[in-house]
Amino acid sequence: MHTPWQAATALNTDVKELRPLTGNEAIARAAWEAGVRVAAAYPGTPSTEVLENLATYPAEDLHAQWSTNEKVALDVAMGASFAGSRALCAMKHVGLNVAADAFMTATYIGVNGGLVLIVCDDPGIHSSQNEQDSRIYGQLASIPVLEPSDAQEAYDFTKLAFEISEQFDTPVIVRSTTRLSHTRSTVSVGLRCEVPPRVFLERPSKNVMIPAHARGRHLFVLEREARLKDYLGTAEVSRIEKGQTSFGVVTAGTCYPYVREVLPDATVLKLAASWPLPEPLLREFCASVDQVFVVEELEPIIEKEIASLGIKVEGKRLFPRAGEFSPEVVRAGFVKAGLLPAPPSYNAWVPEPVVRPPVLCAGCPHTSSFMAVRASGARVAGDIGCYTLAVLDPLRGIDTCVAMGSSIGNAIGMAKAGETKPVVATIGDSTFLHAGLPALIDAVYNQANIAVMLLDNHITAMTGGQEHPGTGKTLRGEPAPQVDYEALIKACGVKWVKKVDSYDLAATHQALREAIAYRGVAVLISNRPCVLDPIKIKGPPLEVITSQCTACQSCMNLGCPALTWSDEWFEGRHRVKIDPALCIGCTLCAQVCTIDCIKIASPAVTQ
Amino acid sequence: MNEQSSIAVNADSEPVAFNAALAEPTNVLIVGVGGQGVILVSKVLASLAQAHGYEVKQSEVHGMAKRGGTVFSHVRFGPRVWSPTIAKGEADVLIALEWAEGLRWLPHLKRDTGVFICDTKRIVPPFACLSRRPGAPMRYSTETAEQVAAYVSEAYAIDATKMAEELGNERAANVVLLGALSTVLEFALPEWEKTVTAFVPKKTIAVNSAAFELGRNWIAEAKSGPATADAVPAPVPAHAPYQPRLEITDAWCKSCEICVKLCPERCLTLNADRIATLVAPEKCTGCRLCEWLCPDFAIRVHLDPEAPAMEAAQ
Repeated sequence: MHTPWQAATALNTDVKELRPLTGNEAIARAAWEAGVRVAAAYPGTPSTEVLENLATYPAEDLHAQWSTNEKVALDVAMGASFAGSRALCAMKHVGLNVAADAFMTATYIGVNGGLVLIVCDDPGIHSSQNEQDSRIYGQLASIPVLEPSDAQEAYDFTKLAFEISEQFDTPVIVRSTTRLSHTRSTVSVGLRCEVPPRVFLERPSKNVMIPAHARGRHLFVLEREARLKDYLGTAEVSRIEKGQTSFGVVTAGTCYPYVREVLPDATVLKLAASWPLPEPLLREFCASVDQVFVVEELEPIIEKEIASLGIKVEGKRLFPRAGEFSPEVVRAGFVKAGLLPAPPSYNAWVPEPVVRPPVLCAGCPHTSSFMAVRASGARVAGDIGCYTLAVLDPLRGIDTCVAMGSSIGNAIGMAKAGETKPVVATIGDSTFLHAGLPALIDAVYNQANIAVMLLDNHITAMTGGQEHPGTGKTLRGEPAPQVDYEALIKACGVKWVKKVDSYDLAATHQALREAIAYRGVAVLISNRPCVLDPIKIKGPPLEVITSQCTACQSCMNLGCPALTWSDEWFEGRHRVKIDPALCIGCTLCAQVCTIDCIKIASPAVTQ
Repeated sequence: MNEQSSIAVNADSEPVAFNAALAEPTNVLIVGVGGQGVILVSKVLASLAQAHGYEVKQSEVHGMAKRGGTVFSHVRFGPRVWSPTIAKGEADVLIALEWAEGLRWLPHLKRDTGVFICDTKRIVPPFACLSRRPGAPMRYSTETAEQVAAYVSEAYAIDATKMAEELGNERAANVVLLGALSTVLEFALPEWEKTVTAFVPKKTIAVNSAAFELGRNWIAEAKSGPATADAVPAPVPAHAPYQPRLEITDAWCKSCEICVKLCPERCLTLNADRIATLVAPEKCTGCRLCEWLCPDFAIRVHLDPEAPAMEAAQ
């Protein structure tokens, strides 16, 4: 993981050591130094590496775990906080939606040991299903949202978050974005300080949220927010960088370096926290310049707050509400405002673009599962994972995709609404454990006529191969009890459960037909490990006997990256060839070849 | 222990193209396809620049990249670096591990001074091969190295993958490109050598050192002679245009639906009498899959000569 970096700089044994770290690595380092005892998460890009890195620190220092979903992870972290230890919970923006129920009450309860949520947003939607702004959750929950602008601040603010959490009795969000989480820059790191654990605080009026207690705590939350405003208005972490006074820019987080890049001489108020916002500081800054601009990614949170103070401010009129910012976007906004000259336009030669969307890997077991799904003629409710890629050509096998675990619930609804096609839900093993299980129980309970295809590839593949309760290993790679899906599904009341090897295409087709024909809930477990994790599978490659190939391109329906066109033609269409470096020998293409001209390559061909 | 020995002893090193001591950061954009080693290249460069005392920011996109998608990594270094990303038209060097990816990012290069170093390796995505239309072109870049060379100040199309293959490890192509990169940045050879050996797997140090040297020497030679380039060949289809026509013998069709389910273009259906019928003739490509799969020989595909005025190109 990050060991090469450590090797390159490990010579320095000073307490303050400089290391190149990504935002996520810096957060993990700071949490470890801050004495975190328990950390939990469900993997999700761009937040995954926070826990992966925490797990590289000694097990005696902290317990780090993958949880089945973000709400469970937050509950685990809250449990540790109740017990008096510092705790951390990490998730991507959509994960906070899953955790929202516990989260909104965590804000009332506050903390015993410091409780920090790392929430990583994905402006630009690099690998997510939406582009929400988690800062609004901070506003909704009336808790501080710290927004670091580089890895050093990710480190500093994470440590600060624990201090604020304990000082103000509040959970704290450290909000990162893809750009910060995955950008490496130099961080000055220190050593772990052991925080003396506190004992469980026996105060039901604070810890047990019955209505009578909650009413009191809501008042506390409001009062706490006022104190936080005072603190954040005077703490050193927010700073005014003085420059020319004709205009000033208020910004925070990853927008700050873009502003500095584009306007090196501008007067800037760099906020450490984008919620709550300190009124006196904002007023003082705005009064010191003639014109005020707010540069913030996604929603106009800071802009609206300043406007609500009766101050004239420019923001989203110039800078977009959607998409990731960059120096170019910020520059364009200030050009529009008339503060920067338009960049000279030159006609760039733009080569013909090649479409290169992410695809299922060569030999991916989902490929055959979706060949069968496609041939079944079913209405297909999809879910979140690698297999969502089956929505694209050539598989084109998914009709819906909403959120983690939604497929089964969506399928119930479709079936109950009288969908005329057979209804199939497809869901991965990790996603099934995350949020699919309650929906499956619902399907049984409400006697929906659906077939569920559980795509069990024995790993959380989409995020790069993380363990989960079905893999038999923990985050630290230690052995763990393993979920028995068949027994679990039967225990939910499902009468028709069958396991099939998805590399056996005919058996998969047949089993899915049976599952669809069954009246009621049928679960077909498509059982094959991911070809990348935890071990990379590489069998003997196949080859096309080109002279026999009739260019029907039946095999190209698999969308396998190892299959491409050869330079030879048949009846005006390209014959097919296989890249032996990519082929893992799954044989799916041979199984769909109509004239049986795909064979295991002879050793001479393999080199 | 022979770590230091084998990387190029190219003592008369070339004059450097960029001087990072200037206030402006040096911008190096590294691009390729998932699994090619883009991140390793950027880590080596970032580590080297940091060891040199520069502020460094390295920003990458991954996540879905593992699935054969496009991968890019921005490396910026200098006395002061703000933004982690390189704006369009601001890259000093563009290192591409794959031909089409190099072309995709070409507009990011500085028009007047930018250096383009690109592997001629072609990784053809499945999307480029989806059209079954007779004579359909592969949807892959057709631009040649000459066209690129005319566009930027310095362009090198290097067959790094082949060079690495000849060394016995195709995966060392990224280090060949690092060798090439070393000729256009200011860092001294021993610094490169040290950093490369620190980052590649222990067992592959020898082959990677050789790869580095190959890349470095190749650029030196290319600088003295005209920049070589394997122009990317675009295969030309040779076929008479035709129009597919389906002959379906209703009486023989047993409604098994195999043709309907496996038609790649989904242009067949069972009609009210449950007989296979072509419903979207404009989509039919004449691939014959239905003809071959029909157990009852109820479908025949005819490829009729096409009227010349119809769709000529594409």
